[in-house]
Amino acid sequence: MSFLEVTGLVKRFGQVDVLKDVNVELEEGGFLVLVGPSGCGKTTLLNVIAGLIDADEGELRIAGRRVNELPPSKRDIAMVFQSYALYPNMTVRQNIAFGLEMRGVPKPERDSAVGDAAETLQISHLLDRKPSALSGGQRQRVAMGRALVRNPLVFLFDEPLSNLDAKLRVEMRTEIKRLHHRTGVTMVYVTHDQVEAMTLATKIAVMERGVIQQIGTPADIYERPANLFVAQFMGSPSMNLFDCEVVISNGDKVLQLTGAPSGVRVGVKNSPDADKLQSGDKLLLGIRPEAIVHRQTRAQGGQSITSFEVQVDVVEPTGPDMYVLFRVGGREITARVGAGSRVAEGEVSTFGLDAERAVIFEPRTEKALQLQAVSVIKRSEVA
Amino acid sequence: MSAIVTCKPVVSRISASRVGIYAILLGTAAVFLLPLFVMVVTSLKSLSEIQNGNMLALPTNPSVAAWFSAWGSACIGLTCSGLRSYFLNSVFMVVPAVVIGIGIGSLNGYILSKWRFPGDQWVFGLMLFGCFIPYQVVIIPMAEFLGLLHLAGTTQGLVLVHVVYGIGFNTLFFRNYLKTFPDELVRAAQVDGASFYQIFRRIILPSCGPMIVVTMIFQFTNIWNDFLFGAAFASGRGAPITVALNNLVNSSTGVKEYNVHMAAALIAATPTLIVYVLAGRHFVRGLMSGAVKG
Repeated sequence: MSFLEVTGLVKRFGQVDVLKDVNVELEEGGFLVLVGPSGCGKTTLLNVIAGLIDADEGELRIAGRRVNELPPSKRDIAMVFQSYALYPNMTVRQNIAFGLEMRGVPKPERDSAVGDAAETLQISHLLDRKPSALSGGQRQRVAMGRALVRNPLVFLFDEPLSNLDAKLRVEMRTEIKRLHHRTGVTMVYVTHDQVEAMTLATKIAVMERGVIQQIGTPADIYERPANLFVAQFMGSPSMNLFDCEVVISNGDKVLQLTGAPSGVRVGVKNSPDADKLQSGDKLLLGIRPEAIVHRQTRAQGGQSITSFEVQVDVVEPTGPDMYVLFRVGGREITARVGAGSRVAEGEVSTFGLDAERAVIFEPRTEKALQLQAVSVIKRSEVA
Repeated sequence: MSAIVTCKPVVSRISASRVGIYAILLGTAAVFLLPLFVMVVTSLKSLSEIQNGNMLALPTNPSVAAWFSAWGSACIGLTCSGLRSYFLNSVFMVVPAVVIGIGIGSLNGYILSKWRFPGDQWVFGLMLFGCFIPYQVVIIPMAEFLGLLHLAGTTQGLVLVHVVYGIGFNTLFFRNYLKTFPDELVRAAQVDGASFYQIFRRIILPSCGPMIVVTMIFQFTNIWNDFLFGAAFASGRGAPITVALNNLVNSSTGVKEYNVHMAAALIAATPTLIVYVLAGRHFVRGLMSGAVKG
């Protein structure tokens, strides 16, 4: 049995279904990240798990116990808010101890618990200050201390890093990951930032408009997205999409890329879904920028890759990489190449597609098909 | 010869417009302050000087006898013991009314700004509506009600009247102020296990400082200066100082002791003046902090 179980959860605000039949499970000690664009329902889901909002339908279990009817303070959870929510009229020490005070824990125990939490988070020297005298990162730590001191079954985070500047965000992200390793507490984390999701999670739930689009490990979500939304939401720059059409070539079904220089095609391995393909079917081929390589004819795995020549529109150096933008079949494609690559705007360059890493989508349903793409060597390329 | 650096005088721009502005300002200030000046000056003069002399002239032998008389021995109605007991009536009316009013207003404001319940918009709307009900409309029903409760003519009755009348304003002020108070703080306190009242006492109320000052000044001034409710509901021995002052002026038989009247009026006005002097800065600050925004 999982540690945190959400089954069939529905939440309505008036006529609008904000959460539609949500099912999530998390094992003990896991780190679940709820990620999605604004308004997708991730914060609502977190608030329902916390008990700040009641679910309309469905069941919530923590450590095997049904908690639907329990108020937040009885669910043995702790929460870190986006704005830290530190009590402005109390010192750091009082802030951290407040939950314990409300539970009637006697002062000596409170003090020692506060001391321990403060040491873990390295804020012992701040205990007598008021929140207004702290920096953003320090306030974040105090908020975490307040949650930590309750020894909760589940730690809940509501976009805790959104209010920090970029550099601090990266530092604090690592802090949270370390905290997870050190304490082993089960954590549920809400964010709209997919980089945070990828780096922190053991399990990611991508949400859109109240529906969970896909649940899986970061690798699953990234390499095998279940639909177009997940594919394009995770990963920056977004996954490239090529229009393609199924053609029969020498008895095999291949995908011909529309608008690409003639002959650029990608094969498909045999599978039940491959058998259903008909000649003339229109599909979408998704390939991430890093799976488009420059001027090489061999991919990482050693297989030949489908290559083609195209005129480069824009080159964007980022420092460690270079993004190269060009057009194929009316779509703008971004390739991520090494910083030292010899590519110039306006010139024609050769690029290759690492088809093994591609994902194929059905354009109408936007779902990913169970197809494995393979590279097809053009006759003219045989070495 | 030593080098002397000549500095231009600071106010070298004595232009016509500047002279004009100052003249208008000084003139207006004089007009506003003149009655106060006359009152103070008259209260320090003897009766003969008042009757024979110029209103604006300074007293030749300033004396505070009139002040003592106003406080302790002037005749109000049939009793001749001055304003003292009526001053105390006002104090015993204003202080509880302000304290209870702030308590109710802050609690209502907390509920209306942080909690949802069916009909909460209606409740707030009705309270808003209550702010605009004129004093006069309320007099007869309130008189009956006080009679029913056996509180007619008493200071406690007046406290009740002012608390009830102030609910609308106090709730409005606190609700608007607390709307800007982060909701997440209440949620964090809930997660911490604080009850409804614990959240109010430990987190909301301590943060309401500026608003409490604003409401206190507003209510204190209104209630202390009120005449209508005082005259309607407590015109006898439980009267507040405003009513007593009126009676004092009307009670003089024969010679009108202007100096005593002036002294009495100044005594009645002093508390609100002190409150403004001490807390006025906070009043403006509190208003600016979003207290009285629509």
